[in-house]
Amino acid sequence: MGKNLFNKVWELHKVKTLPSGQDQLFIGLHLIHEVTSPQAFQMLRERGLKVMFPERTFAAVDHILPTDDQKRPFRDSLAEEMIEALEKNTKEFGIKFFGPDTDYHGIVHIIGPELGLTQPGMTVVCGDSHTSTHGALGAIAFGIGTSQIRDVFATQTISMNRPRVRRINVNGTLRRGVYAKDIILKIIAELGVKGGIGYAYEYSGPVIENLNMEGRLTICNMSIEGGARAGYINPDKVTFDYLKGRKFAPEGDEFDRAVSFWKGIASDDDAEYDDEFVLDAGSLEPMVTWGINPGQAVEITEKLPMLSDSEDREVALRAYDHMNFHEGDTMRGKKIDVAFIGSCTNGRISDLREAASIAKGRKVAKGIRALVVPGSRQVALQAEREGLDRIFSEAGFQWRLPGCSMCLAMNPDKLRGGELSASSSNRNFIGRQGSPTGRTLLMSPAMVAAAAVKGEVTDVRELL
Amino acid sequence: MLVAEKSIRKVIKGRGMPLPGDDIDTDRIIPARYLKCVTFDELGKFAFYDERYDEKGNKKDHPFNDERYHGAGILIVNKNFGCGSSREHAPQSLMRSGIRAIIGESFAEIFLGNCTVLGIPAVTMETGAVSELMDIIEKEPETVLTVNLDKKIVETDLPGGKNSKIFKIGVTDSAREVFLNGTWDTTSALLSGKKEIESKARSLPYLNHFLT
Repeated sequence: MGKNLFNKVWELHKVKTLPSGQDQLFIGLHLIHEVTSPQAFQMLRERGLKVMFPERTFAAVDHILPTDDQKRPFRDSLAEEMIEALEKNTKEFGIKFFGPDTDYHGIVHIIGPELGLTQPGMTVVCGDSHTSTHGALGAIAFGIGTSQIRDVFATQTISMNRPRVRRINVNGTLRRGVYAKDIILKIIAELGVKGGIGYAYEYSGPVIENLNMEGRLTICNMSIEGGARAGYINPDKVTFDYLKGRKFAPEGDEFDRAVSFWKGIASDDDAEYDDEFVLDAGSLEPMVTWGINPGQAVEITEKLPMLSDSEDREVALRAYDHMNFHEGDTMRGKKIDVAFIGSCTNGRISDLREAASIAKGRKVAKGIRALVVPGSRQVALQAEREGLDRIFSEAGFQWRLPGCSMCLAMNPDKLRGGELSASSSNRNFIGRQGSPTGRTLLMSPAMVAAAAVKGEVTDVRELL
Repeated sequence: MLVAEKSIRKVIKGRGMPLPGDDIDTDRIIPARYLKCVTFDELGKFAFYDERYDEKGNKKDHPFNDERYHGAGILIVNKNFGCGSSREHAPQSLMRSGIRAIIGESFAEIFLGNCTVLGIPAVTMETGAVSELMDIIEKEPETVLTVNLDKKIVETDLPGGKNSKIFKIGVTDSAREVFLNGTWDTTSALLSGKKEIESKARSLPYLNHFLT
């Protein structure tokens, strides 16, 4: 029997078995941001440690960035203190920092792939659970805590138990108006938010192979929402073409050598898996969440579940109570207050193109606050070259500066009171978008644009 | 390796606090606005903030506000506790509000790893046993729990010399090992392999122009 990519990459990076029984794993790429790194730098100082491989860590600021004006100092003094700490720490320890005054800044999970830093066959970590995103390029990538960031700084390794691997085969042909976001929301709805605990997910099958790199990034991004710490897709021509010519990608003969390494690291045809799951996506409709975790989602024409049928009755009850929805309702027609397009899940150029194609020639419905926040400066520049910013502005969307923004509301972009938000982000947890009573509906960027122009949750297929 | 005695986590004794509910996520444990800080020092007071206080700052019903559980050091939870973000701020806020061990049906992985590396055992217990344990504590909040990682059990000591109970707990071999040996802080174990780390770096194709 052959091996899967996950086990090949793990074995390639395993330094040794530690006395605890965990593996010591070498980390090829370490990304850091302003929220989870300052305490780790402080731990290094307290222990008199240095960064062992400073050239393998790259820093970005994303969570706290204001999206209206990024001139320094930031108006929010706490945000300013955090960016200053990152500037000082990266300078002191010799780490490359892509600050908001550079053309390469943005959300860490957008810029890693965009700059060609993330490559197949690597181990990638970041103090952020959406690090699973980078698995789309055939890397094994997962979020870590701040004490582990300290370990990566000091040793370029972490201590970890090897997870099992579940292959998720996505068959069929997607219908028009159905996107990568809908696939991953469906997978999480089927397997549950706890379904992936102890697993890394390999996404494969014809639907995945036919996705472009950005769709693949969306899928892997939300692995953690299904409980899987990592998710990946085997590298193929889509991956190699995506990487060619990127700032940190290998060039010339080195690129050719890289491609042969990358091909060899992919799962063998006869690879073994600990578990398999098959999803037929041929009949899949646009998805939308109705509850307080990403697994509480339905297809747009489906009715909300009856409490008596629910396996997680207590969580469903809590969700209906918070959202003010009822069993048997349909999501279609729910009036929204806010529309948010952006985040590490759906803040890339193809996401903005899809949303713009819906917004074009239409107007945001009266009374709706609609924000478009590109995931990076490069995404913003490309969108502006294509005139997408004008399409959005003419339709009444606010065209903002890059950052995490209203995905988690650590900047001034927040829901107010019990507002209902149609959002292309990744979490609908209570309070997630900045108001303890705020309510979030997760959906694809095209669905968010449709909700914005109609003023209510809409089946985007009616607007295509 | 020299290990300070105080690092050893063999037996943890304290009163319990039941916190029922599945899928309690990290945004609920510590709302994102309290992550705007460069140290963990002040996080203790913000644990479960939005569940403990309404928007005007008035106290709401919540186990962390319940005087009966004041001073409890062992949190009892249900399934998938700590799901969501990797923010170490979540276990840091619990630790800094006095939590020294967590017993639950299951935990989200990143959260579990963060607890372990901070020296907070997060151990599992079967569904029925968790309900029974929560029941006991709700009825008798003075009950003292002893989490014994060596024997992989939790003992309850009820006030007034009532019958005590023993519950089995689950803990991974690697976590048990580091708690019993006091080596849950991973840095020094990792650093001891410095030569092997350097040799690994020299063998990885992408760090060597794909010539290896």
